[in-house]
Formats: sequence, structure tokens, C-alpha cells
Amino acid sequence: MNKKQRIMLVRILVSAALLIALNFIPVTGVLRFVLYLVPYLVIGYDILIKAGKGIKNHQVFDECFLMAAATVGAIALAIYERSGDYTEAVAVMLFYQVGEWFQSYAVGKSRRNISELMDIRPDYANIEKDGQLEKVDPDEVEIGSIIVVQPGEKVPIDGTVVEGSSTLNTAALTGESLPREVCPGDEIISGCINMNGLLKIKTSKEFGESTVSKILDLVENASSRKSKSEDFISRFARIYTPAVCYAALALAVLPPLVLMLLGQPAGWHTWIYRALTFLVISCPCALVISIPLSFFAGIGGASNAGVLVKGSNYLETLSQTKVVVFDKTGTLTQGVFEVNGIHHSTLENEKLIEYAALAESASSHPISKSLQKAYGKPVDRSRVTDIQEISGNGVMAKVDGVQVAAGNDKLMAHLGIQAIPCHSVGTIIHVAIDGKYAGHIVISDVIKPHAKQAIQALKAAGVKKTVMLTGDAKKVADQVAAELGVDQVYSELLPADKVAKVEQLLAQTSSAKAKVAFVGDGINDAPVLRRADIGIAMGAMGSDAAIEAADVVLMDDDPLKIVKAIKISRKCLGIVYQNIVFAIGIKLICLMLGAVGVANMWLAIFADVGVMILAVLNAIRALFVKKL
Amino acid sequence: MKKSYKIDVDCANCANKMEEAARKTPGVANAVVNFMTLKMNVEFEEGQDPKAVMQQVRANCKKVEDDCEIFL
Repeated sequence: MNKKQRIMLVRILVSAALLIALNFIPVTGVLRFVLYLVPYLVIGYDILIKAGKGIKNHQVFDECFLMAAATVGAIALAIYERSGDYTEAVAVMLFYQVGEWFQSYAVGKSRRNISELMDIRPDYANIEKDGQLEKVDPDEVEIGSIIVVQPGEKVPIDGTVVEGSSTLNTAALTGESLPREVCPGDEIISGCINMNGLLKIKTSKEFGESTVSKILDLVENASSRKSKSEDFISRFARIYTPAVCYAALALAVLPPLVLMLLGQPAGWHTWIYRALTFLVISCPCALVISIPLSFFAGIGGASNAGVLVKGSNYLETLSQTKVVVFDKTGTLTQGVFEVNGIHHSTLENEKLIEYAALAESASSHPISKSLQKAYGKPVDRSRVTDIQEISGNGVMAKVDGVQVAAGNDKLMAHLGIQAIPCHSVGTIIHVAIDGKYAGHIVISDVIKPHAKQAIQALKAAGVKKTVMLTGDAKKVADQVAAELGVDQVYSELLPADKVAKVEQLLAQTSSAKAKVAFVGDGINDAPVLRRADIGIAMGAMGSDAAIEAADVVLMDDDPLKIVKAIKISRKCLGIVYQNIVFAIGIKLICLMLGAVGVANMWLAIFADVGVMILAVLNAIRALFVKKL
Repeated sequence: MKKSYKIDVDCANCANKMEEAARKTPGVANAVVNFMTLKMNVEFEEGQDPKAVMQQVRANCKKVEDDCEIFL
């Protein structure tokens, strides 16, 4: 509670106490009026002043004016009728202020909660000076400085580990508390929490350019990009308030005049009372507050689950996704090539890999790396001599004095060696030793563990079509697509072709409510990410290009997060629509009841304050996304 | 040029009004008020002095919503 809220609470309590006390004091006439004026002014003086200022500044139709007009009108009616019933006017003002107070409290509280949830900002960085650790502002740390991160502390700036090893908790960034091991030489991303060991890190970026700052910046600005629902509501509010004011005026004047013309009693006070009820119902608060709050909570909840949404508008678009287009490599597959099979080997498998790895050791080709990984031991270059690279075909070298040839069909044909063709999908490395065929090694990309599950879950979540785009060979692409159950595959595409394909899909799904999402890993598919209705980049930890180009950023590379992101957006938009329909619906019903005289001011105040409270509570639900 | 300012305002509708008032101020190309983060992002027109423009924005906002503040 801040100072403003505390003062307001005191005013509410004093006024309520006075009002209750006055009910037991039997006074009449002018004294009664003066006595009731005390709680009224205690609770409502600022509203009256604001209403006055509004009129002075030609801003007549605001909430303060509505409340001032309604309550002053009710008091005037009580004086005119000599009923002495001032309670209603004071109570209306009181409840209005209670509602405002609650709104301010609830919004302040959720603002803090959500901000805390998103707060991954490190407060300081440790720098070693004369053997002592000194805490400094991360902003002041220059590139190339050595910072110390103790167990339990956040890594404040991106860099490379120079000393120490530890386990990192990346939950704040990815939403998953999958521990990550780091040792000297490893890159380290700010925002992770160091769990056990002391780490010394050489910074590679300034604080402002570090992952953590970029993410914070992105999330904080997200709710500034307003969605269509928000625009709709602010436009609605702009015409709604004056419209209701004119309707109230008409209600106060027209029916009595018509009745008078018909020769019946005009009943001025009845109609004026109804018009005042109208004014109380008309406050647009509930609507105007609950929609942005829902989006804010949704974005906050999503970022806590490792899904960064760059704007409320993107959350809205994401919820309408009907077609999901995937890039293959790095999105559905690991993008790391692994040895997946060794066939027709005349030696032990390990020996064959060893020969191939050693022969290829001088090459920087990814294939060579995967061979070395499969070999698993450090490569002793001194065992390899006479290396001869045959571009595009493979290598020939002497390993331990033995002639080894490793490469594709063409290399074998070139050497005049009969190779056994392979029916597996992937890159095939034939190995010949001393001029004799020794078998082949299959190297292929590995499908991510959750990829198939993710495709199924997308279908279950109502996505109509899944499409896979890849630059890879048709045979490889078709096999991956069949295994995953993707509806359509387009293979052997250049980056520009991918844009064209997405444009084609955009044209096919011309319906405004069916959006096309593109999921990529952010490496060289930035143009496609931008072109799609919504671009989702995954595995973006540390990749600036992806964070720049995409609309939604998934912090880790689990394809199931795509489903989660869509579900979060659906839940949030569901709440937004509930709030719009609920708030407008209740208000319209109450307006109608008020017009025919069924609703009194007490119901009116519920329509205003009650609806607002319920809508705010409903909006907060968007924050809870863990179980989706 | 774009700049971000911290603001203080009590209700969401008032924030909308501030946004409108800021947009109508001469020298402002666009303005977005974010009620949830209590920030105002202002995009200035070419060649305008943000300081002078913001004084006017602040005055205009005070006109539509007396109880608001822009921290310049």
C-alpha cells in the first residue's frame, strides 16, 4: 500500500463510520442535511474538485463528472422530495471510492507480482580487487573484465568461464530447471543462477548488450504494443461514456415531457433518479483496466515459462494460429549430426570409426566433427600422415602407416573400389583400408525427443496444418516428415524459397482469423520469421539475431514449448473475451434495468464496482500457466 | 527519435486519455502509454526538441487528467 492508498483507506473508514452513526441519530431538516454533508465531503471532495476541473478544461465526460452528477443529483432529489434520504448519495460515493481503492490496490499488487516474476535483473557484479570482492553496478563493468560469481548468485553479464566449474540453474531464462554444467572455456549467459561452485568469468559483452538486459527490455516493452482488443476497448470507452451521459440526459427529460403531453403526471423525480442510476452504471473502469491487465499477466506468465512474447498484439495473433510451418534443422531435429549406424564393417566398429576420425582429423567439416565425437577420444594428429583432401569427395591419409580412404561413392569409384550402397537416410562415409572396402558409416541429423509429441499436441490444440520446410535432400526430408507426422513437406529449398513458400501459405489461408506461424532456430531464417504472421524463434538463449527477428522467442529448444506458447495465448485471449463480454454484458443489462426502473443505485454500484473487481480477479488468472 | 518516460497515474482510462493528449501535442509523432508498467514511450517528429515538447505534453496531460505526473 502506498501513501495515497493509505490516506484513501482512512477516508473510506471515517466516512463509513460517520454514515453508520448518522443512521442512529434522529435529526431532521437543515441540520440533517449538514450532518450528512460531512461524510459526503470526506469521501468525495476530490471527486467534486476533479469534476469541476474537468468542466473547466472542457473534459466534461469523465468518471468524476458522472459520480459528481449522480450524487449531487441524488442529494438534490432528497431535498426536493423532503425525504431526507441522503444515505444513498453518500453510499454511492463511498462504494465508488472503495472500488477505486480496490482497483488501485489490486493493480499495484499484480504489477509488483508480475514484475517480480519477470525480474531476472542482477543487482551487482563482483569484481576482485586486492584479493577482496567488491560489488559494483553491472553497468560499470567493461568488456574483458573478470567477474566473480559465487554460489547462489546470478550471472550478471555474458562471458566465458576462465576458472572454476559449477552447475547452472537456467530456470529464470527457460522456465525449465534443467541444470547445466559449465567448466573453463564454456560460454556463459547472464541470468542463470550459479548453484554450487565459484566461477570466474571473463565478460564478452557490456551489461546493456547482455542476454539478461535484452530479455528484460523486450518483456518490459511488450505490453506497449497493444492488441486489437485493447484498441477496441479504448475506442469503445471513448464513445461509451459520452453516449451514456446523453442517454441519461434523455432519460431524465424525454419521458416526463412525453407523459406531460399525454396529459399524465410527469413524475420528474422518478425519471431523474433513473437517469442518475444510469450515470453510476456507466463508468468504463472494469473494461478499461481488465483488458491490459489480462495481457500483462499473460505476458508475465509466459515469460516465466520461458516463452517471451514481444507484444500483446503477438499474443493475440498467436492464439489464432491455424497453420504452423517448421524449419527442419535445429527446430524439429537437433541440427547436430551424429553417427547413427555402421554397416558391413570388416573391422570392429570402434576401429573403423577410429580410422575414419583420424583420417578426417584435419578437416573442419561438420562430418569430421561428428566422427571425432563418435570416436570419443582426443585425436593424436601425429599418427596421421600424407593427408590428401579430395574436395567434395573425401580424404585419403596414412593412419599408423596404413592407407585409409574415407568419403562418398565417388571417392570409392575413383579408387576403383566396389562400395556397398546404403539404404539408410543420411550422409554415408565409405571407408577403405589398404585399398579394400571396410564398411560405411551413416551420419544423420537426430530428431528431437519431443518433436513427434509436439506435432501431435499441436493437432490436438486445433492447429489445422503442419508444414516442414528444409534445404535438405528430399529423401531425408520425407523420412523425417513421415516419422513426425507432418502434413506437408517442401525440401531442397534455398532461404529465398522458404520465404516464397510461406507467402504461398499465407495466401492460401486468406481467412483473417487463421494465422500462419513460422518456427525456426533464428539462424539464417530471419526473413521468414519476419514474413510470417507470427515468427517464433527457438533455442534463442544467446542468439541476438533470433531475438531481433522473431515475435515470440522460446528460450530453450524443446518443440513442446511451441504448444505451450499457443496454449498460453489461447488462455489469455479467452480471459480477455470473457472480460469484454462479461463487463459489457452486465453493464448493458443493468442499464436496461435502470431505464425501466427495476435497478436502483445499489445495483448500479454493483454493476460498476463489483464487475470491476471480478474482471480484475479474472485477469490475474492469465498469470497461471504452469499446468497448460 | 524515441524516448521513454516514467509516469504516475491511477486509472487505466486516465492512462488512455493521457495517451490521446500526448498524441495530439504538436511535435509528437506517436505516443504509447503503458498503464501496467507506468511508462510513456514518445516518438518525436524530426527536428523537435524533446524537452520543450515534453513540457507541452505534460501540460496537456494535466489538462485531461489532473491527477497524473510525467517524470521528465
